[in-house]
Amino acid sequence: MRRRLPPPILAVPAAAASLVSLVPVWYLFDRSFGSGPSAVVDELWQRRTLDLVSRSLALTLAVTAASVLIGVTAAWIVVRSDLPGRRVLRVAFALPLAIPSYLSAFAWISWQPSLAGFTGAALVLTLVSFPYVMLPVVAALQHLDPAHEEVARSLGAGRYTVLWRVVVPRVRTAIAAGALLVALYVLSDFGAVAAMRYEAFTWVIYGAYRAGFNPARAAILATTLVVLASMLVAAEAAARGRATARVGGGTARRATPVRLGPAGIIGAFSFASIVLLPALALPAWRITTWLRTYASTDVDLADVRRALTSTIVLGALAALFTVALALPVGILAARSRSAFARAVERTTYVTHALPGIVVAISLVFVGVRLLRPIYLETPLLVLGYGVLFLPLAVGSVRNSVEQSSRRAEEIARSLGERPSGVLRRVTIPLAAPGIGAAAAMVVLATMKELPVTLILHPTGTETLATRLWHFTSVSDYANAGPYALALVLFAAIPTALLGISTEHS
Amino acid sequence: MTATTRLLMAASLLLAVGCSDSPDDGGADRITIYSGRSEELVQPLFDEFTAATGIQIDVRYGDSGELAAQLITEGDSSPADIFFSQDAGALGALDRADLLAGLPTDVLDLVPAAYRSTEGNWIGTSGRVRVLVVNPELAPDAPTTIDELLDPQWKGRIGFAPTNASWQSFVTGLRVLRGEDGARQWLTAFAANDPVAYEKNGAVRDAVDAGEVAIGLVNHYYLYEKIAAEGADTVVAVNQYLAPGDPGGLVNVAGVGMLEGSGASDLVIELIRFLLSEEGQRYFAESTFEYPLAANVPPADGLPTLDELQAPSIDLSDLDSIAATQELLADVGLLTR
Repeated sequence: MRRRLPPPILAVPAAAASLVSLVPVWYLFDRSFGSGPSAVVDELWQRRTLDLVSRSLALTLAVTAASVLIGVTAAWIVVRSDLPGRRVLRVAFALPLAIPSYLSAFAWISWQPSLAGFTGAALVLTLVSFPYVMLPVVAALQHLDPAHEEVARSLGAGRYTVLWRVVVPRVRTAIAAGALLVALYVLSDFGAVAAMRYEAFTWVIYGAYRAGFNPARAAILATTLVVLASMLVAAEAAARGRATARVGGGTARRATPVRLGPAGIIGAFSFASIVLLPALALPAWRITTWLRTYASTDVDLADVRRALTSTIVLGALAALFTVALALPVGILAARSRSAFARAVERTTYVTHALPGIVVAISLVFVGVRLLRPIYLETPLLVLGYGVLFLPLAVGSVRNSVEQSSRRAEEIARSLGERPSGVLRRVTIPLAAPGIGAAAAMVVLATMKELPVTLILHPTGTETLATRLWHFTSVSDYANAGPYALALVLFAAIPTALLGISTEHS
Repeated sequence: MTATTRLLMAASLLLAVGCSDSPDDGGADRITIYSGRSEELVQPLFDEFTAATGIQIDVRYGDSGELAAQLITEGDSSPADIFFSQDAGALGALDRADLLAGLPTDVLDLVPAAYRSTEGNWIGTSGRVRVLVVNPELAPDAPTTIDELLDPQWKGRIGFAPTNASWQSFVTGLRVLRGEDGARQWLTAFAANDPVAYEKNGAVRDAVDAGEVAIGLVNHYYLYEKIAAEGADTVVAVNQYLAPGDPGGLVNVAGVGMLEGSGASDLVIELIRFLLSEEGQRYFAESTFEYPLAANVPPADGLPTLDELQAPSIDLSDLDSIAATQELLADVGLLTR
């Protein structure tokens, strides 16, 4: 479809989605420049501010690099090798996503206080984020036509040359997309860096709210993250290069799995252990120890059930809303090269580096003034989840649509189907796996979410995460334990589904 | 088509479930509270109030600082009627943002002037004192001033909680009482004495009791919490109160302020009177061993009275510059790694 303008049926909802995700940016600029441009410069051009920005960037670089290395290796092992048990490994590699960063950090620091600082922060953030790289790379690898590799082999290239010069460039888009999500997430994180006492840029933002009681200052500081995010988004677009959708008809043959010799099998299992023991086994062990140490006989199960129900309902609502917003954006981004499509896609990522409290306060600002009837009600909270998690959903939908051929859509058009019909009957069904993955990711992100829920929840509604926070903030570990356990167990369900989802057409 | 219709029906059902509130008893008087004090602590007191007066209370619990930020952002349209803060700094900040309504003089007079806002816009409900918790075997002649803590004999033997709000309030008080340079001087010398950092005040107290460190800088009630949980015979540590006027003996208060935009000021004032009544004050004295500020209720057994302590005099509203304190602490190397 080489139209100049995208069809209105996509363009209008996509523009709406873009506007929704820009709410925090509008609030930030209003708040910061309301104090005058000189105040902004004063606030930002300080040694401490610049110091902290570089500390955050250093952490971001380390975690992104490590996540890409681990994510790509893990993806290759579970898709392309013949390692026995790789189906199980596929789910296992995805499971770290079920553990909130604050919980993982707590598990580590309570076991090894000496980890505090850069090491601990980098470790924890890598372990909870590498699946963001692995999952899109798995999907991309599965769709790769082995013909390219076979041609390279037939021309005499060795195994590793083929890997490096044929496979990796073809999954470059997926790697870049995953890396972007990881980088933005690390910039926004506060839970892990606070637990690990690694002073990052989010500290000053939280400090400005909690200790300075100065939302205006916090807003000025937060604009830095918007600028950084925009730069990262531009970098990802450049790294992505030209997205290569499939050309030609038919579907790709499944590639024959690479035979791992005994050395390869040992290597692969060692890799899996090195990653999964710290990522899964340690938090599981710590949580179990926690539960055993503080075993309480009178746990209020009714309260746990209530919190669980609220968590699941909110997760489902968030998924419905966010995926509905993400669909037009993702389809446009995959199918159109127009400036409009690029702009709409990129704006959804720009707020992803903002810590949750900034998004929450921006929604308080907008909610109280423009959306009063739903202020502190479920719809505004769901809107907040949409703002937070749109990039996750957009990425997944876009990857999925990119990997399906345009052919089917072109044929449908040539048979006289209207654009809305093509969408409904061809594009969306073909993108179903990506839509499912997007929904699962939003559900699980919502279940773990804390700062926005704490500020915007309807009075009387609690989630597992907010109950966990309440009890740990008064050091009542006995009562906190069951909520932590329930959170991780139930978040593991959509995560496992993410890991299992296959994309064979 | 049917799939879309099914999806829409599912969505509406979920939305209905998600939006369902507790049954609306229309007509009942209601107050909305934003509370930085924990649910475990204050909900029973609110329930007592509702039982006694029939006034329904909706509480939003959270961090005092974050709630203050939310209130400042909400401005005049806030749904909150009253803000119950863990410390005076947040109340001071709301006061500076002109969000608090003046309280009637007879309510203000329930509490000594040192424990309420100078302009009459917020009032303390209970107090807490900074103390040294000491292990008598390791520190038989414990210091009574913070300057004595700088003595080399205590190198590596003092515990504190660098990220704790009460410690940071103490440092803020130090900045107010001794000026920025005086505070920086003391902090630098303190840092040079290798104090041991713990995550929370409770951990400091436990470390002192176990003999890991000799002295800890905490709030007075942590010791009594431990005694209540484990019995006086097993607890070794004791509280050492600071000399009169010493910055280390800062008294901070938890308190309440009424929001200017509240439409229920009569009900709010009734609640404030309840919190400052004998019943309310006795509740704080007995549940958390805090210092009552009104109704002539004495503190729990064994605690010196506030008059005896002669805490340094300071305008508690000035404790709202904690962000600057955090920068100073980070600069001196006492905040992070």
